[in-house]
Amino acid sequence: MKKTKPDLSVQIGLLRLQNPVLTASGTFGYGQEYAGLVDLNCLGGIIVKGLSLSPRPGNMPPRTVETPCGLLNAIGLQNVGVENFIADKLPFLRNLSVPVIVNILGQDIKEYRKLAERLSNVEGIAALEVNISCPNVKKGGVVFGTDYKAAARVTKAVRAAAELPIIVKLSPNVTDIVSIARAVQEAGADAVSLINTLTGMAVDVETRRPKLHNVTGGLSGPAIKPVALRMVWQVARAVKIPVIGCGGIMTAADALEFLIAGACAVQVGTANFVNPRATMEIISGIEEYLGRHNLKDIKSLVGSLIL
Amino acid sequence: MVRGTKSKMDQVTVTVLENRFAAPGVYRLRIEVPAIARVAHPGQFLMLRVGQTLDPLLRRPFSIHAVHDSRTIDILYRVIGKGTNLLTAIKKGGRLDIVGPLGRGFSWKEGSPSLLVAGGIGIAPLFFLAQTITQNGAGAKTSVFIGARNKTELLCVKELKAMGLQVEAATEDGSRGKKGLITDLITNRVAASRPVIYSCGPYPMLHAVASLAMQYGLSCQVSLESFMACGLGACLGCVAEMRNGDLVRVCKEGPVFDAYEVA
Repeated sequence: MKKTKPDLSVQIGLLRLQNPVLTASGTFGYGQEYAGLVDLNCLGGIIVKGLSLSPRPGNMPPRTVETPCGLLNAIGLQNVGVENFIADKLPFLRNLSVPVIVNILGQDIKEYRKLAERLSNVEGIAALEVNISCPNVKKGGVVFGTDYKAAARVTKAVRAAAELPIIVKLSPNVTDIVSIARAVQEAGADAVSLINTLTGMAVDVETRRPKLHNVTGGLSGPAIKPVALRMVWQVARAVKIPVIGCGGIMTAADALEFLIAGACAVQVGTANFVNPRATMEIISGIEEYLGRHNLKDIKSLVGSLIL
Repeated sequence: MVRGTKSKMDQVTVTVLENRFAAPGVYRLRIEVPAIARVAHPGQFLMLRVGQTLDPLLRRPFSIHAVHDSRTIDILYRVIGKGTNLLTAIKKGGRLDIVGPLGRGFSWKEGSPSLLVAGGIGIAPLFFLAQTITQNGAGAKTSVFIGARNKTELLCVKELKAMGLQVEAATEDGSRGKKGLITDLITNRVAASRPVIYSCGPYPMLHAVASLAMQYGLSCQVSLESFMACGLGACLGCVAEMRNGDLVRVCKEGPVFDAYEVA
């Protein structure tokens, strides 16, 4: 029998990806930053840096600090704002053949709605990722992500305003992530992505000062992978909508763990900093694995955890 | 004309030709990397992965110290933490994963005399600039001032002199050269020759050099240091505050800035 190449494509609601590997918001700029190092058209999709209605300057430095197997950041959602994004960043992204997903963040529900409306009316955007989980800004973000009622309200508002598939990005800094995932599913989300960073902190013992200007920051990288995997597994069992796994994925084996635990796609974040070609290596590693295990597609692997 | 503009970056695995003790706590790493050596500008840097470890996790930024025959690149580094400690263990023949050249380097003004002012390991990127200047036949119009805490931290003096450059040194403890700060040494020099100043070193030194430049209305470029996660302009982690309040990426808009713009 002739062996055919495994099918890496995945379907997330109305969104079709040629493979399950996306770039996580905030780790891949607006795509162009990696153009010289990565063949962007080989990605499953690109999720761009979180956008707000108006440009945001972000937090004062220092904004990042490395911790064992992890990276703490408190960028503070510095971004160019939705209009500059559409004018300056989107033309480049539009020329790519892969889906562009825009991560959005508001200070209140009205802002989320306005962002969703505005981005639904421009060409070249495949989906929205609703960020209700940024731990590094006082207003907005995580205040909606830690309360299931508020999470549902934001999701409903974006659902009503957007003509695009919506993915809601969940915060791990909660007691029960499953109840939040269920709430956004009920409110009309097409998918959930998890996890965003875990709130953390680091202190310089010589100066007794926090290592981040913002004092606390979001922890990412391999240090958080077991936590992310556990949450993805819990949520995938509890909801019907697709789950996109994220948190410390460095290699194809890491990505496969998430797929087996129930994620139908993954986001690669901090790994892009360590190895700009990480996404490419993960995609080929998944393909190699499917071939080696005689699996014809990704679907045969998703949620295949044996208990 | 040396342009401080961006060159095409690449991610490559390179062979280590040499990784040797250069001075107490300082190593010189030589790698063979023609693709980057050919296009690199003084002041640009490389992101180096010191191993396949998850701790340390991130790449480390290093400025390009010297380029030889458009084939090899030297990196001069001080051993300060986990990453640089691991780096010292890499032997001749070992392999390293690097990304570069990155950032905006020095913009050498060919027509004016050049004054290079380094503090400690800050000589690392200025050496490459000195190389380029001498290769362009402008060594006679160039002086290098190097400051350090003591004579063991005073780097590259012999090598720069061998290139035919005028080199002056100052140490804080007076163990070599003039006793005191390097800025004291350059004050009377800048008024006479009206040079363009290129500087790299600890922030207080850069601040003093920039103030002096402003006082005399001289053009001045400074190379800043920052913790970097990506080095590519994507993570927005390495920003520095500018005089106008803007926060700009050291890895992309820098690491070399017009001293008049930096806060």
